[in-house]
Amino acid sequence: MSSFSVTEPSGGTKWFAGILVVSYAILTLLPLLWIVATGFKTSEDAIAYPPKVLFEPSLEGYVNLLTERTRATEGMLEEAGPPRTWYEEIARDQGTVITGASRYGERFLNSVIIGFGSTALTMILGTMAAYAFSRFRVPLKDDLLFFILSTRMMPPIAVAIPIFLMFRQLGLSDTHLGMILLYTAVNLSLSVWLLKGFIDEIPREYEEAAMIDGYTRFQAFRKVVLPQAATGIASTAIFCLIFAWNEYAFAVLLTSGTAQTAPPFIPTIIGVSGKDWPAVAAGATIFLVPVMVFTILLRKHLLRGITFGAVRK
Amino acid sequence: MAQIRISNVRKEFGDFTAVESSSFTIEDGEFFMLLGPSGCGKTTTLRMMAGLELPTSGEIFIDGEEVSQKRASQRDIAFVFQMFALYPHMNVRGNISYPLKSQGMSRPAIRAKVAEVADILGIQGILDTPVGGLSGGDRQRVALGRAVVRDPKAFFMDEPLGALDAEFRERMAEELRALHDRMGATTVYVTHDQLEAMQMGDKIVVMNHGVVEQFGVPQDIYDWPATTFVAQFIGSPPMNLLAFDGTVTPGQDRVDLDGTTIGMPPILDGRGGKLILGVRPEYVSLHDDAGLRGRVAATEYLGTTQIVTVDTGRGRVKARLPSTDAPRVGANVGLRLDPRTVTLFDAATGMALRSRANEGVLAHG
Repeated sequence: MSSFSVTEPSGGTKWFAGILVVSYAILTLLPLLWIVATGFKTSEDAIAYPPKVLFEPSLEGYVNLLTERTRATEGMLEEAGPPRTWYEEIARDQGTVITGASRYGERFLNSVIIGFGSTALTMILGTMAAYAFSRFRVPLKDDLLFFILSTRMMPPIAVAIPIFLMFRQLGLSDTHLGMILLYTAVNLSLSVWLLKGFIDEIPREYEEAAMIDGYTRFQAFRKVVLPQAATGIASTAIFCLIFAWNEYAFAVLLTSGTAQTAPPFIPTIIGVSGKDWPAVAAGATIFLVPVMVFTILLRKHLLRGITFGAVRK
Repeated sequence: MAQIRISNVRKEFGDFTAVESSSFTIEDGEFFMLLGPSGCGKTTTLRMMAGLELPTSGEIFIDGEEVSQKRASQRDIAFVFQMFALYPHMNVRGNISYPLKSQGMSRPAIRAKVAEVADILGIQGILDTPVGGLSGGDRQRVALGRAVVRDPKAFFMDEPLGALDAEFRERMAEELRALHDRMGATTVYVTHDQLEAMQMGDKIVVMNHGVVEQFGVPQDIYDWPATTFVAQFIGSPPMNLLAFDGTVTPGQDRVDLDGTTIGMPPILDGRGGKLILGVRPEYVSLHDDAGLRGRVAATEYLGTTQIVTVDTGRGRVKARLPSTDAPRVGANVGLRLDPRTVTLFDAATGMALRSRANEGVLAHG
């Protein structure tokens, strides 16, 4: 006699689901793998045809990404003497000498400041707004919520020109503050809506209990509501960071120097000394790391249902 | 410990009036029940006392101090929620010590106090477990512990047994009452269960549609309901209500129902028109020679007693009788109503007419 279970999928279903998940993972991860691999190829290997799957790894791409070089003349080589470090040696092998560090480090740092800064600001404003919408009798609540959502009804880039003009007037062009404010404005509607859903799920009794236990509403919000909304806050923060981190169009339009982020910078590498694909791939690989680390760090919050069992429904 | 006085408290949510101007007093150390059907405003009233809602108008005094516009945290009261509302991200000890932390009590003092409370409630063994896996009864005890630990002026409980299984409920009701007797703290308890209210309460307020219908000790409310709503809401089966047209004058001690004279306590208010005669099922007995007659529609056996339902020309009457001899269904029987326990109501307003018997009860209702 075979047993039948409503909740436990059958063996065949499990296999099918497994194959589906693995194929999807391969489909999405393969391009990523290719980029990471290209970053460790030499320029020749990167453009070799047929493409090389097995190759001798090289740090050429990373050296080219992080340094400024110039084509070496006989005189320069004599003056510089033998290469003192491994990266100078890699540069010499290509017939160049290193003249200094590239701008990639600064641009990357800009991305970190603007990406994490706008995410933090979005989360602070978003949780407080969502809490207010969830708990208080806000006049015109539904209209306000719709208004907030309506800011996402067209692609943000559609308002690029007005924003460009506004930023010029306000002196926000090419500043960190300007970019943080812009990404916060774009992300805020998503975060308010997502977080309101999460906070709605948390029974009011918790904060009422805390208020009766002698805490102010703000303390109750901070110590009782926020820990329970951690799951929602973590997933919303990841969405916001990914948007701000990857944003390209506004970054191209509104930044050029001091506040330029990595996405508009990486393509400019192509022009420096021919099509240097390994350097571009190396730039993209390093650029991927922070978001990956952030997501992995918050992963346990995404999966954990901490309110389980504390309230009977 | 404190006396709580509610004076003309009123609460509106937009166009909806949740609580009409209500006044009553809860004496120091009383176990006080707020009883009524769902949506009657009892929970809103409790939440106003606790400071979780602000009244639209009126005054609330706790221990002589007017607190109606004060924050919950400033009222020094404890609240037990129906869903317990234990902080899910803390363990049992964390939950119980949380109110003490807000007072800035030292760690050793908190530890000692928590241990003392755990001892009273018999939860020493689970202090360091997370609240997620606890049984209903243990969660209830932790919620009580969190309330007791602070020695508040009063305990407010919103259907605290509502989330428990029937078997647990009985036991927790006893534990609750015992805890109250031990601490002697003023307790306000919201419930929709009239049995629970009668069983545990020193005093009961019965509310309906945001209006206080009656206020008093359980026995007075049961015997001498102030309105037809109370007559029907309290008691299982509820009070029998027989509608009739007639006139009563002050001093009158009997009414005529279809040619049958029914005795009652002497009336103090004269009234004419549509009236209702109310009598509890315990005070109805079967007598072959009684004038009020009807046909037995059903009998329900309840162990020592039985409920006999009789269809009369004035409506259905239920009688609680000893289960020794059961009348045959379909039999024609005579009903005698105990004249000492009859209440007359005005059908238009639903209010009881004052009589010699209920004037004392209605005076402070």
